Amino acid sequence: MAQVTADATTEAPAAAHRARPILAVNDLKKYFPIRGGLMNRQVAQVQAVDGVSFEVREGETLGIVGESGCGKSTTARLLMRLIEPDAGDVLLDGERVGPGGMALTAMRRQMQMVFQDSYASLNPRLTIEDTIAFGPQVHGVSRNEARGRARSLLGKVGLDPNLFIRRYPHELSGGQRQRINIARALALEPKVVILDEAVSALDKSVEAQVLNLLTDLKRDLSLTYIFISHDLHVVHYISDRVLVMYLGQVVEIGPVAEIYERPSHPYTRSLLSAMPSMDPSRRAKKPPLTGDPPNPVNPPSGCRFHTRCPHAADVCKTKVPILQRNGNNDHLAACHMLNSGSGHPDAPTRRMA
Amino acid sequence: MNISTPAAPETIDVAQVAVQSRGYWATVLQRLRRDRVTLFFGGIVLLVILISVFADVIAPHDPYKASMIKRLKPVGTEGHWLGTDETGRDMLSRLLYGGRLSLFMGIMPVLYALAIGGTLGIIAGFVGGRVNMVIMRTMDVFYAFPSVLLAIAISGALGAGIGNAVLSLTLVFIPPLARVAESVTTQVRNLDYVEAARASGASAGKIIRVHVLSNVLGAIFIYATSLISVSIILASGLSFLGLGVRPPEPEWGLMLNTLRQAIYVNPLLAALPGVMIFITSLSFNLVSDGLRSAMDIRV
Repeated sequence: MAQVTADATTEAPAAAHRARPILAVNDLKKYFPIRGGLMNRQVAQVQAVDGVSFEVREGETLGIVGESGCGKSTTARLLMRLIEPDAGDVLLDGERVGPGGMALTAMRRQMQMVFQDSYASLNPRLTIEDTIAFGPQVHGVSRNEARGRARSLLGKVGLDPNLFIRRYPHELSGGQRQRINIARALALEPKVVILDEAVSALDKSVEAQVLNLLTDLKRDLSLTYIFISHDLHVVHYISDRVLVMYLGQVVEIGPVAEIYERPSHPYTRSLLSAMPSMDPSRRAKKPPLTGDPPNPVNPPSGCRFHTRCPHAADVCKTKVPILQRNGNNDHLAACHMLNSGSGHPDAPTRRMA
Repeated sequence: MNISTPAAPETIDVAQVAVQSRGYWATVLQRLRRDRVTLFFGGIVLLVILISVFADVIAPHDPYKASMIKRLKPVGTEGHWLGTDETGRDMLSRLLYGGRLSLFMGIMPVLYALAIGGTLGIIAGFVGGRVNMVIMRTMDVFYAFPSVLLAIAISGALGAGIGNAVLSLTLVFIPPLARVAESVTTQVRNLDYVEAARASGASAGKIIRVHVLSNVLGAIFIYATSLISVSIILASGLSFLGLGVRPPEPEWGLMLNTLRQAIYVNPLLAALPGVMIFITSLSFNLVSDGLRSAMDIRV
C-alpha cells in the first residue's frame, strides 16, 4: 500500500499492547425475519449478523470495515441494544449485559453511539442545549447541572457555548451538527463510544477536523472507540486495530499496521486493493472484486466469500473456516489457506511460525 | 492522505452562523403573518366564535320568541334585519345563537376524537408490531363505513339529542385521526434522534413526551382543524335529519330543515343558515390549510 511507511511496523507492538478488554462480544447473532404469504408466516431470514465475536480493549480504537450490508451497523445497534440480539453475549467491563446481568440503562451510561446522519439524529424541535442535556436528565442529573454540562461539552467539541446553546439543528452546518452529536454522546460520560459512519457524510475538510476532534477527545477523556466506516483511509488513520466483516461474519481482525501491510484474508486483500491510490503509477488496472456481495438471506455454504474469492477451492464450499491466529498473536483471520490441515491446495504444508 | 492535515481554525466555522436564532414556532408564526388569506379567514373564524359566545349580548331579540303575525318576513324588514322564520322568530338572533350549538357540535367531537384517536395512533405508531395491528385493524373496521352513514347509524341507534350526536361524531372521527397520528408517529419513531434517545436510556414515556409529541402534534392538530368543518356539516346534517338538536333550539342545520318549506316563498331567508354553515366550514378549512403550509418548513 502506498501509505504504509516504515514506522508503521515499529508502531505495531505499541498498538497491540495487552490492555484488558472493556467490551467482549461472543457469538453475536441477529437474523431479521422476512414475513409474507398467508398468516404472515416467516418465509426467510436475513442473516445480518451471524456469530460475531471480538473484544475491544480499554483505550483503543477498533475500526470495523466492510462493504455496505455486511452487518457493521447492525452490530453497532446490537451492542447498544437498540435491537435485540437473537443469540450471543456482550460483556461490558466484564459484566454480562442483559437480564440477570448489567441493566440496559447502566450499560447505556457507559456506552454511547454517534449516528451517521447528523441531521436525522437531532430532534428539530429541541435547542442544542436541550438535546445535549436530555441524556443526563434521563439518568437523574438535575436540569441545571445537565445544562451546565451541555455548555462545557459544547466547548469541548469546539463550538462556542454562547453562540450555539440556543440554536436549532437546522441552523447549523453538517460538521457543527456532528459535533453536537458527539457532545450528546459524551454527555453521559461514557467509557465506550460507537461511531457508526460518524464522519462519512461530511466533506473531506470537515471530516478531517472532526477526526482530529475525536482523537483529542479520546486522549482527554480516556475513551474507547468503536469506529465503523467503509472508508479504509479514515480507518487506517484513526484505528489501533481493525476488524473486517463480510456478510455478517468477521473475516479478519488485527493491528492496523498488520492488516494494511500483511492482510491474510483474500477479502481484506481485495478491499485494500480497492482503495484509491494517491500514486498514478500504482493505479488499479482491473477491479479487485466483481459483483455484489451474495444475498444474506441465502448466504453461500462453507466460506461465505468463496463465490467471489480468486483462491476458492472445493473445501471452501463445504467447510466453514474459523478465525485463527496468523503469525502475530493478535492477528486473526478466517481462511482455509492459512490452516495447514484444511485441505486447501494453497494451504501451508506445516503450521506457520 | 489529506486526513492528517491539521484542522482549519474552528473560529471560521463558528463565525459563519452569526444569524438570528429562531425557534420553530416563531418561524411558523412569522410565515403565518405573511399569509393574508389565512389571516382573513382566521379573522372570520374568530368572528364566528365571538358572535356565538356573545350572542346574548348582541342578539336584538329572544331567539325563542315566536309571533304568528310576523311569520317569514323577508330580509331587510324593519326591526328584523334578516327577517323572521316560519314561526316568526327573529332570524338574526337565531343565527347568532345557532352558532353556539353548531360550533359546539363542530368542535367538541373533534376534540374528543383528537384525544382518543391521537393517543391510540401515537401508541400504535410508537409501539408497532402486534399493538399496532390490533389498534389499526380495529380502526379499519370503522373506516369501512362512509362517515355520514356511520354518524347517522350510531345517532339513530342512540336516539336524538345533542350528547348522542356528539358521541356518534366522535366515533366517526377517531379512526381518521388515529390513522394520521399513527403514520406520522411511525415516521418519527424510525428517525435517528429517537434511536439516540433510546440509546441514552430514556423510557418510552419520556421519549414520547420529549421527542415524539413535539414532532407529531403539529401535523395531527392541523388535520383535526380540517375535520372541524366536516364535523360542522355532519352535525348540521344530523340535526337536519332530526337526529341531533331538537326544536326549538336554534342550530343552523336544524334551521335549514325547518325553513325548507319556505324555500318557494322566501328563498333567501331559507338559505341563510346554509350560508352560515358554508362560511364557517370554509374558513376552518382554509385556516387549517394555511397552518399546514406555514408549518411545512423544509430546511
